[in-house]
Amino acid sequence: MSKYTEDDLREELKTKEYEYGFYTDIESDTFPNGLNEDIVRAISQKKEEPQWMTDWRLEAFRVWKDMVEPEWANVHYEKPDFQGISYYSAPNSKPKYDSIDEVDPELLATFEKLGISLDEQKKLAGVAMDVVVDSVSVATTFKKTLGEKGIIFMSISEAIKEHPELVKKYLGTVVPQKDNFYAALNSAVFSDGSFCYIPKGVKCPMELSTYFRINQAGTGQFERTLVIADEGSYVSYLEGCTAPSRDENQLHAAVVELIALDDAEIKYSTVQNWYPGNAEGKGGVFNFVTKRGICEKNAKISWTQVETGSAVTWKYPSCVLKGDNSVGEFYSIAVTNNYQQADTGTKMIHLGKNTKSTIISKGISAGKSQNSYRGLVQVSSRAENARNFSQCDSLLMGNECGAHTFPYIEAKNKSAKIEHEATTSKIGEDQIFYCNQRGIDTEKAIALIVNGFSKEVLNKLPMEFAVEAQKLLEISLEGSVG
Amino acid sequence: MDLKEKLVSSFLAFENSVDIDSYVHDVRSEAIKVFEEKGFPSKKEEAWKYTSLNKILKVDYSVFPKQENALDYKDVKQYFIHDIDTYKIIFIDGKYSSHLSETTHDGIDVCLMSAALNKPKYRLVIENYFNKAASKESLASLNTAFASEGAYIHIPKNKIADKPIQVIHFSTGNESASLLQPRNLIVVEENSHVQIIERHQSLTNNAVLTNSVTEIFARKRAIVDYYKIQNDTANASLIDNTFIKQQRESIASVHTFAFGGKLTRNNLNYYQEGERIDSILKGVTILGDKQHVDHNTLVHHIEPNCESHQDYKGIFGDQSTGVFNGKIIVEKEAQKTNAFQSNNNILVSDKASINTKPQLEIFADDVKCSHGCTIGQLDESALFYMQSRGIPKKEAKALLMYAFSNNVLSSVKIPEIKQRINKIIANKLGVDIGFDL
Repeated sequence: MSKYTEDDLREELKTKEYEYGFYTDIESDTFPNGLNEDIVRAISQKKEEPQWMTDWRLEAFRVWKDMVEPEWANVHYEKPDFQGISYYSAPNSKPKYDSIDEVDPELLATFEKLGISLDEQKKLAGVAMDVVVDSVSVATTFKKTLGEKGIIFMSISEAIKEHPELVKKYLGTVVPQKDNFYAALNSAVFSDGSFCYIPKGVKCPMELSTYFRINQAGTGQFERTLVIADEGSYVSYLEGCTAPSRDENQLHAAVVELIALDDAEIKYSTVQNWYPGNAEGKGGVFNFVTKRGICEKNAKISWTQVETGSAVTWKYPSCVLKGDNSVGEFYSIAVTNNYQQADTGTKMIHLGKNTKSTIISKGISAGKSQNSYRGLVQVSSRAENARNFSQCDSLLMGNECGAHTFPYIEAKNKSAKIEHEATTSKIGEDQIFYCNQRGIDTEKAIALIVNGFSKEVLNKLPMEFAVEAQKLLEISLEGSVG
Repeated sequence: MDLKEKLVSSFLAFENSVDIDSYVHDVRSEAIKVFEEKGFPSKKEEAWKYTSLNKILKVDYSVFPKQENALDYKDVKQYFIHDIDTYKIIFIDGKYSSHLSETTHDGIDVCLMSAALNKPKYRLVIENYFNKAASKESLASLNTAFASEGAYIHIPKNKIADKPIQVIHFSTGNESASLLQPRNLIVVEENSHVQIIERHQSLTNNAVLTNSVTEIFARKRAIVDYYKIQNDTANASLIDNTFIKQQRESIASVHTFAFGGKLTRNNLNYYQEGERIDSILKGVTILGDKQHVDHNTLVHHIEPNCESHQDYKGIFGDQSTGVFNGKIIVEKEAQKTNAFQSNNNILVSDKASINTKPQLEIFADDVKCSHGCTIGQLDESALFYMQSRGIPKKEAKALLMYAFSNNVLSSVKIPEIKQRINKIIANKLGVDIGFDL
């Protein structure tokens, strides 16, 4: 057997096209390019929103107009032309089907390629899907089961109509309109997203999940997610993404808000596999996301993310630990290959007493990519006995990539206990050699080692997701290693 | 007129007052341009996020000290490491004090920057080294523009400096608040070895701002051992910019003992320009009152097979603020680099705060880099144990804190310095224990 060398691997990876790159031609109802107050009004009108919502969007737009794009992140890219994007695109004639047979077959084929056919999903361990294709939710399943428990799980545009009191009360409370450039943009033009409310004391019986896809050429996607877990409730929410292969850069600026009231727990998991651009770094999705959760007394929010896609990622899922005894967790694997750039991490803001936070971040960079961890741990002067543990490990593959760590630690209380550690290393030749001599070929060995490296995070994912995530890791790193 | 304008406008007068050759003249003119363009750093800059100079810059400093003040040795003896024989370069308000100093030209040059800048025999060294390590950052440029006095230390090939060198800057500030800008140049040639102790001391109640630049060049296999003792009065502020360029197989270590002053900013920059270099950065910070200390370190790994070790300990009481901002850059070529960084802090008071930002930027794959950072408290059970053995709480606490910083102290190579630091620590912690039991 000839030796399978590093170069072979590299070659194979280079020629490997994005597996999920395809484009479905669905007739879309698309707005002209550009953004002004009229467009914002039109979006709101199109979605048949009440006046307060329109005003809310306009307020955000006016703030956004005067904001400048942030430049502090450790990423370099050609800034998107915000007037060259169409801000609304919905699949034509929104279907309201009772059974799957009535759904546009082309759409179903899209799901098929994604490996998430609804039939299969139904059979799978009780996962309710709120499928988002190009911003408008098309199919919702298991709604009835959830309804019996009093759980509200629907698209945010429906929620604005059906549960305005909840949306009005919580929307923008965690991520205000003027929070940052992209959050303001999102607040002004968000097209759709998910809304979830778990009533007091209810344990959501199944994993809630949404699939995001960017589909129409030249449309940015602005998702808005709002998850509210009322006192003593529990919910596990999954979000996963794949996007078609495209040459021009696509913008994605989502906002996710989590609200965990007293004693509630929210587990939010993400698998992100948007088109990262080709081997020359052309194309790919820009992913500028604002995710934040607020914890009241004894509440817990846990973020888990597997980031393998996107040309540029700018994402910091954060926890505001406002209530006493609240807990924040952040588990992340970020993989970059070729010319991908990721600047990701978390913020843990300790405000309440006895608050705890854990950060585990694993960065894997290969090819010519740049992978940064940027995190903030802040302990306010009133946060007695705050506890934080952070660990950021980076794995470098090849000598053309970079790994960076930018942790910010600010403590203002003497009882705070904060630990941060970071390491950077590469896969040891001895480790590979050991596997080789046990009959495991180099590529498998690398997959094995990477898997072990990311185990702590993978373990935190719900079962169904863990399998997919593991597969994704393998795909994104195949052959990039030596 | 704010301080920036004042400085820029006084530059011409300064240029005319010093008699210098054209090389340094060009460097200065360029530097003042850089400063004029950039101005003083503000909190908006990432590197100054946690340290604001605003308050300090509001003071009306006299830029050029007018009169010469003399000091009696017996009055300032306590600021010297006096129990060992050393060379001494002493400045009072930026002016050289021959009375307190002890310089030499015997085999090694331990003398004055002003002499080096003006005498032709040093010309080559000045042209080769002056301002060759300092960055183009605004405060360093400001110092360069007004560089005229400081310590000049040149150790030729294969020489071991026969005794340590003390560089002490006193400020009497009799007239008014004063701005001092000492400029030190230290060149250690192949296979040579030197130990240097630096101290800035204010003897006045007037505000003092020192913006100091030290350039250190360690040539092949040179060993440089540098100690900074910062234990100043509550109205003295210090911005210390130190730039160290190392050639292959050299070892350079800097110990920074930061016990205060109003505001202290240590910009410590290492550039490794050869293989198998070792860089050591250690620090102990013990603060109280409203003191503010900011350690800003950079280790730039450019060549393969090098090491760097950073270890900073901090104890913060009252309303003090500590900042640690450590950056390690490992270039693509710098394979087999071992870079370690650790920053441990204890907050003693609820009003004290600590901001730390250990950064790694790594472009090479075959490296071992790690950084660790902790913020915590004294071990309650250890405290209890000691109390149960009859050690009063205060002393027990002091012992634990001393033990906490001992890692850094243990690598101090001059025993007298260690004793001195021990005394300062005991004093700072308000106990009467000789720690070297």
